[in-house]
Amino acid sequence: MTAAHGAGPGPGSRTSHPSRERILGRIRRALADVPSYERPADHPVPRDYLRTHGSRTPAESVDLLADNLSDYRATVHRTDTAGLPALLAELLARRGTRSVAVPPGLPGGWLTDAAVEPVVDSPSLSAGALDAVDSVVTGCALAIAETGTVILDGGPDQGRRRITLVPDHHVCVVRVADQVVDSVPQALERLSPARPLTWISGPSATSDIELDRVEGVHGPRTLEVVLLVEDDR
Amino acid sequence: MSRTYVGMPAFPRAAAVSAGDTTLRANLRTATHTIRAKRAEAVAELDDWDRLRAAGAAVKDRTLRHLDHYLLQLEENVTRAGGTVHWAADAAEANRIVTGLVQATGESEVVKVKSMVTQEIGLNDALERAGIRAYETDLAELIVQLGDDLPSHILVPAIHRGRSEIRDIFREHMADWGRPAPEGLTDRPADLAEAARLHLREKFLRAKVAVSGANFMVAETGTLVVVESEGNGRMCLTLPDTLISVVGIEKTVPTWRDLEIYLQLLPRSSTAERMNPYTSTWTGTTADDGPRAFHLVLLDNGRTDTLADQVGRQALRCIRCSACLNVCPVYERAGGHAYGSPYPGPIGAILTPQLRGLTSPLEESLPFASSLCGACYEVCPVAIDIPDVLVHLRERVVQGGETTIRGTRTVIKPAKGHTMERAMMRTTGWVLDHPAALRRGQRLAARARRALPRRLPGPGRAWSDTRDLPEVPPESFRDWWERTRGGDA
Repeated sequence: MTAAHGAGPGPGSRTSHPSRERILGRIRRALADVPSYERPADHPVPRDYLRTHGSRTPAESVDLLADNLSDYRATVHRTDTAGLPALLAELLARRGTRSVAVPPGLPGGWLTDAAVEPVVDSPSLSAGALDAVDSVVTGCALAIAETGTVILDGGPDQGRRRITLVPDHHVCVVRVADQVVDSVPQALERLSPARPLTWISGPSATSDIELDRVEGVHGPRTLEVVLLVEDDR
Repeated sequence: MSRTYVGMPAFPRAAAVSAGDTTLRANLRTATHTIRAKRAEAVAELDDWDRLRAAGAAVKDRTLRHLDHYLLQLEENVTRAGGTVHWAADAAEANRIVTGLVQATGESEVVKVKSMVTQEIGLNDALERAGIRAYETDLAELIVQLGDDLPSHILVPAIHRGRSEIRDIFREHMADWGRPAPEGLTDRPADLAEAARLHLREKFLRAKVAVSGANFMVAETGTLVVVESEGNGRMCLTLPDTLISVVGIEKTVPTWRDLEIYLQLLPRSSTAERMNPYTSTWTGTTADDGPRAFHLVLLDNGRTDTLADQVGRQALRCIRCSACLNVCPVYERAGGHAYGSPYPGPIGAILTPQLRGLTSPLEESLPFASSLCGACYEVCPVAIDIPDVLVHLRERVVQGGETTIRGTRTVIKPAKGHTMERAMMRTTGWVLDHPAALRRGQRLAARARRALPRRLPGPGRAWSDTRDLPEVPPESFRDWWERTRGGDA
């Protein structure tokens, strides 16, 4: 094998490649029927589909989120700011958790009641070390009610993608006041494509055996979502 | 060396064998009927489904009509975000690029996310020839790999295997590839999934290089999207140091916002879920999170040839949901292997002959692997008119005509084996234009009806083998009408 295909990000491997020109040339010949004056935006795209499916009060949206999360076998809990540390402590204790992975920016106080050894995420925390960790507790960027989805964007209260993947138990806290949207279109407009995103809808699952859904393959097999109502500040 | 699609027989021969396999038919029937009802339910939840479908088709059409523009935009944005873009005109070139990239890391094994396109190009065999072992990590792909088998469904490559067969494959072959199956493994799906988790975990934790495909590539941001269920995708996309994604050029969508259409259409059409368990999006590389090196290999391999056909190009809208397979009466009975490519079912019947060209009896037979019932078109989330393309390709097979193969316009000759059919159609046309001849022929046939064979002799035999010839009535309608004028005889 030669380095002609640019095994590294070497300069020149991009623009001088003959296959690039060949493919672009083939595309242009294949599209001879497209008028040369046609701009991409000239081809119409009807966007008359709905922004949300149904209208709901904020409370109804949170209820729908809870229903849809439960439907895909996530466990849903509700609490307020004062009750959160005790709830988290209880969830971790019930699971028998001794070590818990946490993002560097987990809000202070969340784990004060829990008798666990926190393992703070950092670039030096290896996948092998994470494999020995029992649980992970994070916040999230957003949740979608209509699909029962929580979305992580690697923010300070979420950490790197691997910490919510390798441990078998994920507790994810959703601040209901400003993190719940109704629909997929509403979610996308609030997310930044520049950040690595993980959309999570229930625990890991598979439909690969006789096209029937079974929970639990490689990702966390237990997903607990805490819907947090914060005090007015 | 694993099995390949090279030298597969034409569809009717392969289907005649598979349709007689009662286990296969039972497995397929169970699976496709389960998912059919669920899909209908998931789709019915959205009362704007038809509008989403129209938008999904229109965005893909816009992209395809300006594919050069969007690919250049994509390349620029992936590069800006720290990725490296490679272009592969065909399978051999893509395999060379990926092999070289893996070798440059000094590693001799890779973990793989389920990817149709790497099946299409035969990447695992190419890597194996270079001494690199590729581990499939999707549960169904693992079943296929351990069983030295071929995939037979887009979403669930091992759909042809029932749970007890899967247990046997795990018990027998897991040890050859790493951690053996647990003692006393049962055929409960949850136990089988647990066995796969244990078997693959050690591979994920030590993997340095991963190979993936992608469901979507966003031109305006350079973002790639992988939609999955198990978490094996997340493992491959985030734990290794190097990520190599091989993606067909048609997977491009123009804008970030366009994902709002497909992330609603795909999961409901595919696994009948409101949303699949995991969706990952990434743009180039991110400091301290995920792979440090990201390579995108953009693959043509017949896609530009497909694009050149104004009727057939709509096949490139396909988002690989597999809804058309699950409703197809032909797929349900023949199974996926009979289609001789990683793309089985109705979409395969129009995609394979276009990607490869009408170059062998297999590709020539695929447009006929359909009853044209239209169920595939009804469920297609991007409104690909599969029956229309099938008829178009049949015409091309029977009559020959202009087509594009590897970027060159070529006139192909009518396929062999259809000479008889063409001659019969010409004769029939003439007879129907000449009433006197039709009458003489019908009377002759009525008189000789007892002596007529149930099968045609000689070259017509292949045609009558798969069809029941109609009973010849004792009297033609015309004679009956002349005799009775429609009154009781």
